[in-house]
Amino acid sequence: MAKVEEKRGTLGKADLKDVLREMLLIRRFEEKVEERFRAGELPGFLHVAIGQEACAVGVCRALAEGDIIASTHRAHAHTLAKGTHPNELMAELYGKTEGCSHGYGGSMHLYDVQHGNMGANAVIGGGLPHIAGAALAFKLRGEPRVALAFFGDGATNIGTFHEALNLAQLWKVPAVYVLEDNHWAESTPESQHSPIRDLSERAKAFGMKALKADGQDVEAVFKTARQALEHARSGKGPVFVHLDTVRFHGHYIGDPQVYRDKDEAAELRKTRDPIEILRERIGVGDDDFAELDAEVTEIVEASVEFAKSGTDPAPEDALKNIYA
Amino acid sequence: MPEITYREAVRDALATAMRDDDDVFIMGEDIAEMGGSMGVTQGMLAEFGPERVRNTPISEMALAGTAIGAAMQGMRPVAEIMYEDFLTLAAEQIVNQAAKVRYMSGGQISVPVVFRTQGGAGWSPGAQHAQQLEAWFVHIPGLKVVFASTPEDVRGLLWSSIYDDNPVVFFEHRTLYPIKGNVPEKIEPIPIGKARTHREGEDVTVIATGRLVHESLKAAEEAESQGVSVEVIDPRTLQPLDEDALVNSVKKTNRAVVAHEAVTRMGFGAEVASVLQYQAFDWLDAPIERVGAKFAPLPFAPVMEQFVVPHAEDVLQAILRTVGKG
Repeated sequence: MAKVEEKRGTLGKADLKDVLREMLLIRRFEEKVEERFRAGELPGFLHVAIGQEACAVGVCRALAEGDIIASTHRAHAHTLAKGTHPNELMAELYGKTEGCSHGYGGSMHLYDVQHGNMGANAVIGGGLPHIAGAALAFKLRGEPRVALAFFGDGATNIGTFHEALNLAQLWKVPAVYVLEDNHWAESTPESQHSPIRDLSERAKAFGMKALKADGQDVEAVFKTARQALEHARSGKGPVFVHLDTVRFHGHYIGDPQVYRDKDEAAELRKTRDPIEILRERIGVGDDDFAELDAEVTEIVEASVEFAKSGTDPAPEDALKNIYA
Repeated sequence: MPEITYREAVRDALATAMRDDDDVFIMGEDIAEMGGSMGVTQGMLAEFGPERVRNTPISEMALAGTAIGAAMQGMRPVAEIMYEDFLTLAAEQIVNQAAKVRYMSGGQISVPVVFRTQGGAGWSPGAQHAQQLEAWFVHIPGLKVVFASTPEDVRGLLWSSIYDDNPVVFFEHRTLYPIKGNVPEKIEPIPIGKARTHREGEDVTVIATGRLVHESLKAAEEAESQGVSVEVIDPRTLQPLDEDALVNSVKKTNRAVVAHEAVTRMGFGAEVASVLQYQAFDWLDAPIERVGAKFAPLPFAPVMEQFVVPHAEDVLQAILRTVGKG
């Protein structure tokens, strides 16, 4: 990114094309994951973030070298956006030793410490206090790093959310808490899980600075995340970032979504697709888009090949890595 | 060999580690100005300041989880959980997170955190401030569990726990804080996974933890006067467990009693009995006796509390049963 744009906290035209490519790569990756799961190739319990790509990409682009994240059960997009190679992610989903968690984690426990990913978490809100603690470590050691947690609207009702944000603000640690508000806690709509409609209001209870952005607009996400990170890095304390987003698919792969109006979901897909929004804004024509699509599809196909030809762990490897 | 209390021994391990190493810090409820509900951290705020002696809100999930997050970044935090009953509030973070982060990440991250806590009956707090829950945590792969019973052990084992790269749940017993004992001039780390034989004997082995180590030593004295020679061993660390030390002792004495203050049912003694019957079956001359609390929550009224938890007399009766004198 050019220096001037870095300073402005905005993305230049070349960056936006790359952002589009990255979002499309994540989209195609997740579609492939769904396809391979339905084909019976992937074990376990998987959740895709199709529709939420701008949140992952916009936020992770705003991070600096050395910053870390904690993710959620819906972690593929965050993991790719934070720099894990698609091969290593796909290998993990296939349970191979070449995977980013070496076959010990799976979709809900993706780790890549080298790239600053301190872990997806299958317990809602489970990583929120870790981020307060990591940020405390940075503060105690005087390092100019920020720790950032992703979480969904469902997590704003669990104890760790309230306890961790309270402590983070009390201790003014360099943390950013990013709410990806897709308005569903699994199958439960926000109206049934929260008494308030604007979840950024939660931050007020802790006296925490809150910022809001349209989670489908990657430029807005980037700009807001950059602002939050600067605030946290400068020692002014943590920031709550509310991103209004849309989950196009079900809670998990295979979710029949009996709880959701199909027409409404289809309509949202037409009007709020972050990839289409950006494509239109920067004027990428059909031919250019097809070229981009072919390029990322090739990467995704290669990741499946890489994963399938990966190494299965030995069964008794299950007894390793329990203790240091 | 200076003589110090168990409380001072815990404090000495913490303070010495903090003087040596900027990565070590302590956090917990009321540990700063108040010096902890048991007085363990008294004076530490003045020496180390509020950045490293951190009072937390009454917020066990965040307390445990924040310590975990700092440990994942290479710090060595010691989180004090005021009463072990409150481990239940922090259990999600200890059981699902601390114990499993290393594993789930395929060995990428260690979590060198210590959760210090205390419990134990004998002062009538009722059902929510004195339980003994150590067995719960021994059941979780990924955690180490320590339960020290003397000033020397608590100091050397806490030191080793702070410098262990795994999460350690470190149990202290409330009634032991004032007891005195000799300790080496300089802290000598005690390896995690090594039992201590407090007293050698020929006829019965008593394997005891926490307060029951001291009750068992009293019982052993009384048994001796009745002509029964008793060996008393404290495993000190419940996970990993020094199985060899326990099995070898029982192969010598041919009889065993396991004793702890926790409820007998599914207690740590059940696991020890299983280890012994499997590895020393042909050496056993009597059923393994188990001593622990009766299957009841801790009651308030002192007479009921006394009735529920085990004492030296219960250990003595168990010893005598193993030699056919009960």
